[in-house]
Amino acid sequence: MFGKLTIDALPLYSDIAVAGALITVFGALGVIALITWLGRWRYLWTEWLTSLDHKKIGIIYVTLALIMLVRGFIDAMMIRTQQAVALDSIGYLPRDHFDQILTSHATIMVFFVAMPFVVGLFNVVVPQQIGARDVAFPFMNSVCLWLTASGAALVMTSLVIGRYSTAGWAGYPPYSEVQFNPGVGVDYWLWAILASSVASMLTGINFLVTIVKRRATGMRLMMMPLFTWSALCTSILMVFAFPALIVAAALLGLDRYLGMHFFSHGDGGNTMNYINLFWMWGHPEVYILILPAFGVYSEVVATFSGRRLFGYESLVYATAALTVLSLIVWVHHFFTMGASQDVNAFFGRVAPLVAVPPGVMIFDWLFTMYRGRVQFSVPMLFTLGFIVTFVIGGMTGVLLAAAPADSPMQNTTFLAAHFHNIMIPGALFGYFAGYQYWFAKAFGFRLEEKWGRRAFWACIVGFYLAFVPLYVLGFMGMPARLDRYYAADWQPYLIVAELGGLLILCGISFLAIQLGVSIRDRAALSVPTGDPWNGRTLEWATASPPAAYNFAVVPHVNGTDAWWAIKQAGRAGHRPARFHDIIMREDSSAGVVIGATSFVFAFAMIWHIWWLAGLGGLGMFAAVLSQIFRNHAEHRIAASQVEAIENRRAMAPALAPGAPT
Amino acid sequence: MTDSVITAVPGEQTATEEAERAIDEKAYGFWVYLTSNAIIFALLCATFAVMSHNTAGGPDAQSLFRLPYTFAQTMLLLASSTTFGFASAAIAAGQRSRTLVWLNVTFLLGLGFVVMQISELYGMAAAGAGPWRSGFLSAFFTLVGTHGIHVSVGLLWIVLLGCEAHMRGLNPFVVSRLHRLGLFWRFLNIAWIGIFSVVYLPGIV
Amino acid sequence: MLTAIPFGVVAARTLRPIHIFIVISAAAIIQVVIHLRYFLHLNLKPLSENKLIALCFAAVVLLILVGGNLWILFDVNYRPMQAGGVARP
Repeated sequence: MFGKLTIDALPLYSDIAVAGALITVFGALGVIALITWLGRWRYLWTEWLTSLDHKKIGIIYVTLALIMLVRGFIDAMMIRTQQAVALDSIGYLPRDHFDQILTSHATIMVFFVAMPFVVGLFNVVVPQQIGARDVAFPFMNSVCLWLTASGAALVMTSLVIGRYSTAGWAGYPPYSEVQFNPGVGVDYWLWAILASSVASMLTGINFLVTIVKRRATGMRLMMMPLFTWSALCTSILMVFAFPALIVAAALLGLDRYLGMHFFSHGDGGNTMNYINLFWMWGHPEVYILILPAFGVYSEVVATFSGRRLFGYESLVYATAALTVLSLIVWVHHFFTMGASQDVNAFFGRVAPLVAVPPGVMIFDWLFTMYRGRVQFSVPMLFTLGFIVTFVIGGMTGVLLAAAPADSPMQNTTFLAAHFHNIMIPGALFGYFAGYQYWFAKAFGFRLEEKWGRRAFWACIVGFYLAFVPLYVLGFMGMPARLDRYYAADWQPYLIVAELGGLLILCGISFLAIQLGVSIRDRAALSVPTGDPWNGRTLEWATASPPAAYNFAVVPHVNGTDAWWAIKQAGRAGHRPARFHDIIMREDSSAGVVIGATSFVFAFAMIWHIWWLAGLGGLGMFAAVLSQIFRNHAEHRIAASQVEAIENRRAMAPALAPGAPT
Repeated sequence: MTDSVITAVPGEQTATEEAERAIDEKAYGFWVYLTSNAIIFALLCATFAVMSHNTAGGPDAQSLFRLPYTFAQTMLLLASSTTFGFASAAIAAGQRSRTLVWLNVTFLLGLGFVVMQISELYGMAAAGAGPWRSGFLSAFFTLVGTHGIHVSVGLLWIVLLGCEAHMRGLNPFVVSRLHRLGLFWRFLNIAWIGIFSVVYLPGIV
Repeated sequence: MLTAIPFGVVAARTLRPIHIFIVISAAAIIQVVIHLRYFLHLNLKPLSENKLIALCFAAVVLLILVGGNLWILFDVNYRPMQAGGVARP
């Protein structure tokens, strides 16, 4: 009746697991209680859960990312603490639990922090940057959001019911096969990955079509803002790389559920094929994560230097070059796994080339700042921290990309330090910078500066303290993922790393405090003109927060930095002779229903509750059907209403309580 | 890009222009989706190619594949593509009943393909050559099965769209959905050409 | 039709295997092109530009991924685990 689900699924095997489960359960109950107490269920449903507005969808994505960042970071602190204390001892975490946390930390950070953050920023910013009123496929946008949330919910559920995978975030077979891992852990991982991957692939299609087809008139490709360029390239990668992961995960699922032999040990399985397929996706994935960050840096550097971007074309070509190169270098993730010398030699020669485009980009940013009037705003601080620190990570990457140099360092903490060096000061700082930069656009008030600065400094100093020791340890030969060790000279470094982790914890707390303080002081921090930074690109032309339709009149674009050109020509705030009706897509509950039923389906599949899986599947199918044959799913905003909204916006600066713009 | 024409007057949209643009975007988006689906099929083919000799002591391609059977299957599918072409011509001419007739024929041909596929796979499994027997068979069943599932989804799509066309006539939305169904159907044909060239023919050689 | 050629060639078993493979590949490619041209109306006119670019890019990516996959896993010096777990020397 309930498949494999029994009372033993409760995590009573260790106190720490119980604590994790209780925090999750009470956290969820607390949120539900809060919403009920505030009486906001109806509001939440009609304004957010069923909304097809890309801006709201983007905000929900970023919120999901930040919540999962907390969970993923707690995992990280648990790992750091275990490694700091586990010299000649078993530490405080049982090994099985430690392995679960390692796996969940990485899976969450890649799939449920970084990806949602990226897609969230795309959603909020890109349509406005190209002068569009919405993305090409608003309903699919909603479905992707709720599929991603469903995957995140699965990972959180594994804290309460059952266990998580211990097979690492890459889930290598044959360890991840049923033979060695018959429990539900790998299945939790698998279904969350599949949900997230399908959502990402469809999101890629959505933004690809949006950017190709929905640009404002006159905006040619070489006039698009750099963030939109990075969104285009990222979308291309999402469309073409995620199929490899979907295939790898699906085949592993077939092995586990139907006893097939794709990657099994014996009976004709080929485990190397999994690794090949996984990294065929895995390398483009890291560019999917970093290109948007580069796009943010381009925008931030230009705005806060008060200058046009230096070398616009070179930045575009560098982004495009990275996109193409990322598809032909994946073997460097498994140089040491037995491929032939020819294969290793080819990939070992091509892989270091990926360092060239970012180098070009960094020079472009530096030249933009040179002779500009640089304002050290919080986004700019994150950018400068990135430029300095990322270069180190890049250099260690080149070291690892050369096959002979990779051999002694593969799977040591040197590797862990390298990719965290790229992901934290590279990608995460970019997302933070984007969050700080565009928060005012999304909500109408800025984030408070003081706590933002403190968060930056805590994060960057904490990063150095946490990961430079890992580089050193890698040279000393410490493998990654150890839960205990016996070399006494490693411990001091690991203790320093623990301190670094605590400092980053402070940084994240400061970000949370910043948010609270900003909401409290939002009147003083408001931005009635919608353009707090004197921006250059079109998203600053809309109100903050924007009307549902973004632009009452879609501007005609003549060059890069379209909004700057409009302001220079004195046409900012220009009102047309008359307004027109605007047609927007109607909201729909089918997206959140698909998310919920997909969760039910996946949960039932994990626990082998076949009748429930059938119900969940039917529910998804019905929800999809209810939408795809609708012929008239728009609603019309009358011209008079548009005019009223625009009038209110025009009067806003006069009504604001003396706030700076 | 020259593909779609946005009205010259910024900010002015009529319902038909919006609908036209949406249809154009959906066609392009579906096309992009098909390219990603093609990659999935290609990777499954590559997986098969890598595992084509991993028979683990079990039955191999020579003993399992039957050329005339596969040829008949292929003819059914290719014929269904041609009949869909006739349906497309009827759509272009705005003739609803002729469209429905040709859609029905396409459905029957596609159904024949699926039935033959299921019977082949079932027969193999019943004789002990199921996907659990060896890596080669896992890859074979998955590749061919995935294609078969896609065709079945296409068949369901034909039924649903046929109903809609019957009830609502050949309005622009129905026509655009039929267009996308056509893309999907032809794509599955192309995938099948790839599959039999990579799986069946080399296996029998 | 074009399909019959590769089937016929395989059935007749008169040619050497490598020739058969060439015929199969050529027939497949030609059939795919015909499908694209005549059934999907893909041509060089401007209206199909976007689709053509997407298709070409996808084809290139496909070749890279599939080709890479085959190369990496088939290359002479690579030693996969055989059935029964015995590695070839």
